Amino acid sequence: MTIPNNTAVAFRGVTKTFGEVYANRDVSMDIYKGEILSLLGENGSGKTTLMNMLSGIYCPDAGEIYLDGKPVAIRSPQDAHHLGIGMIHQHFKLVDVFTAAENVLLGVKEKGLLDLSAASEAIRRICATYGFELDPSMKVYDMSVSQKQTLEIVKALYRGANVLVLDEPTAVLTPQETEKLFTVLREMRKDGKTVIIITHKLHEVLAVSDRVAILRKGEYVGAINTCEADEQILTEMMVGQKVELNIERREPVNPVLRLQVKNLSVKGHEGEDVLKNISFELYGGEILGIAGISGCGQKELLESIAGLQHVEQGSSVSYDTPDGKTEELIGKDPKQIKSMGVALSFVPEDRLGMGLVGGMGMVGNMQLRNYTMRKSILAEIKHSRELAQQIREELGVVTPSLNTPVRRLSGGNVQKVLVGREIASAPAVLMTAYAVRGLDIGASYTIYNLLNKQKEKGVAVLFVGEDLDVLVALCDRILVLCDGHVNGIVDGRTTTKEEVGYLMTNLKSEGGTNHE
Amino acid sequence: MMDILVSWLQQGFKFAGFLALAALGEMIIEKSGSLNLGTPGTMCVGAASGFISVFLYANSVAAPNPLVLILLALTVAFLSAMLMGLVFGFFTVTLRINQNVIGLIMTIFGTGLAKFLSDFFVKTESGNARCQAAFEVFTAKIPFLSDSLGIVSKVLFNYGFLFYLTIVIAIGAWLFFKKTRTGLNLRAVGENPATADAAGISVTRYKYLASCIGSGLVGVAGIFCTMEFKSGAWAVADIDSIEAFGWLAVALVIFALWKPINLLWGSLVFSICYWAYMYLPQMLGITVSDDLAQMLPYIITILVLIVINLRKSRENQGPAALGLAYFREER
Repeated sequence: MTIPNNTAVAFRGVTKTFGEVYANRDVSMDIYKGEILSLLGENGSGKTTLMNMLSGIYCPDAGEIYLDGKPVAIRSPQDAHHLGIGMIHQHFKLVDVFTAAENVLLGVKEKGLLDLSAASEAIRRICATYGFELDPSMKVYDMSVSQKQTLEIVKALYRGANVLVLDEPTAVLTPQETEKLFTVLREMRKDGKTVIIITHKLHEVLAVSDRVAILRKGEYVGAINTCEADEQILTEMMVGQKVELNIERREPVNPVLRLQVKNLSVKGHEGEDVLKNISFELYGGEILGIAGISGCGQKELLESIAGLQHVEQGSSVSYDTPDGKTEELIGKDPKQIKSMGVALSFVPEDRLGMGLVGGMGMVGNMQLRNYTMRKSILAEIKHSRELAQQIREELGVVTPSLNTPVRRLSGGNVQKVLVGREIASAPAVLMTAYAVRGLDIGASYTIYNLLNKQKEKGVAVLFVGEDLDVLVALCDRILVLCDGHVNGIVDGRTTTKEEVGYLMTNLKSEGGTNHE
Repeated sequence: MMDILVSWLQQGFKFAGFLALAALGEMIIEKSGSLNLGTPGTMCVGAASGFISVFLYANSVAAPNPLVLILLALTVAFLSAMLMGLVFGFFTVTLRINQNVIGLIMTIFGTGLAKFLSDFFVKTESGNARCQAAFEVFTAKIPFLSDSLGIVSKVLFNYGFLFYLTIVIAIGAWLFFKKTRTGLNLRAVGENPATADAAGISVTRYKYLASCIGSGLVGVAGIFCTMEFKSGAWAVADIDSIEAFGWLAVALVIFALWKPINLLWGSLVFSICYWAYMYLPQMLGITVSDDLAQMLPYIITILVLIVINLRKSRENQGPAALGLAYFREER
């Protein structure tokens, strides 16, 4: 096997599976010395997995990784440090109550006592070389997100990293901070270091990188020099050919307004905008898809409507009940929203986290929803058992018994229990997030059919999805979120994957958010 | 009046010594992110095994060698307690079972084991025993300092070598956490094991070592208590009071805000409060219920917790991952 001699890192036939799912399949790609490479791909395309193999968090199932043309075995993060590979994860790995210098020294194997002043000196030198700003004696809990990221990069450089991997570094940064980061990255390239950044944002790809490598569904599609690329080409490479899905989609029958969301804004822990002035309408009898890069506000949007999220002043969600009244949902708690006759059903992203109790059986999980039905101090059980039995039969849940802990069921069956329970409350609005994540084809279709049936009943369905093919085939309309903004609402029948993919990754200029 | 105050202080210092040592052991374990509620049981095991070893030795020879007495008591107490720490580590680190459950079991097991060993080896008619030879070497006073400085000698230099060793160990622990790489790594394991793991620190090894060494110190605190505070006397009923002191040590770690130096004065505050019922009413000429008065250390611990939480200071919190098992797969 020939490895070009100017490569810093080369992957050859690298494959990684989780269970039966291929996260990476036969990836062979080269990363050259002293370049900034963008790794681009949709959600779940295997970018992070590939880089985790480089930084020793995962081991490849097959294939080899070459560093400077020599094959290497990277079995742990420690190995990666020794080989000069540093990875900056999306979730920072820092100890909050330590200072910057203490964090840098963590786990470094050197002789002698802890020499914080020497470490501080080294940090200042690194900062001066690459143009960082960092106070070595500052505690991490006093730092802003951008400072924490700087510290992570300094930490990697202190350990002698020559190859630096950044996993979505700009997701948490303001545009000014992003610009500063890019300046630093260019300085590092000048110094001969190799930089790999994982990102979804096309304009940043074009702004900072020398080359773009694209992954799609775990496979390496190809690489292109940034100067030859534009957003159109990249989007096409990223989303790929359309996959025909055989999902039945009927025209909505006399849609009636159900939900009107106006100027919905949510701020995150660090005070950053998670959702900014979201406005849209949801009709009964339609499926409205929500598309977007993961973590750009989908969860917060659903939670705001369900009353689980603190929203900013001026946000409004007005709900037209089936019997003709209009109610404002903001300011009500989840139970009130339910008890008012506002039947909001919510299938959270994390099936066993928020939706179901893993250690309880189907009956127990039904009781969780029904516990207010009776005034008696004894738990209601008869109705719950009937409901569980009904869901088991109608949706074909495979379980040894109704009382088998749902944790022991397969992903598809867990999802059926959850969706089944939510549907059983006869909602007027059904919200689902990543309803088919981790399910096989057959189970996915069962869920699609369930949602379609609800749509035909006149239920307004909000479907947060990640697979563009599914969104385009299932939804009547698709709302595309980008960076917490509504970046367009498109018709599911006429749109293309490329259009949705483009909207997901290219935020229209401020004020240009369009409403249908 | 003065006499009462002096004997109150003497009692306080005597009690504070082994309390601080036990709390130091527990603190080292907690710094690694393990909350070992087995400390009271570990202390009982250390006390029983330590006492039994010197008791049997002293009874088997005509003239026991002082050095052998010291080494035997300390080594046996340390090792037996370390074994308790090893078991705790195996259940909580390797098998990742809930630390609180295992800790409580270790305490119940430890007190039971101590009583069994005591019944089995200390065969005197009343069940009570005393090891005069060991008592003498453990409470040997420092020459000159202990008798020529008047009241200062009486209050500060009236104790055996373990008392002063505890102060040295506490300062050593402070330097260890502050100035060494191993100390920094250990703190990182207790604060954020995922970060420590990613930095190449073996979380498992640190947790095991902290559990073993910390438990060993707790065991030494047990024999310290028997020799100094109980004056070398032994009765099965003593095991229950040692267990109660063990819980006091667990509370003391919280009171000291996980800082070794705070332990030194914190243990004194605790013991002065704990024994106040014996001296204060006498001094003031009032009567107070003993049991009520002995709650004082716990009440001040609760007050300290309330004040810390109101101040929301990040510096004074316990290790962030305290009580949590670490799964590498969750990162």
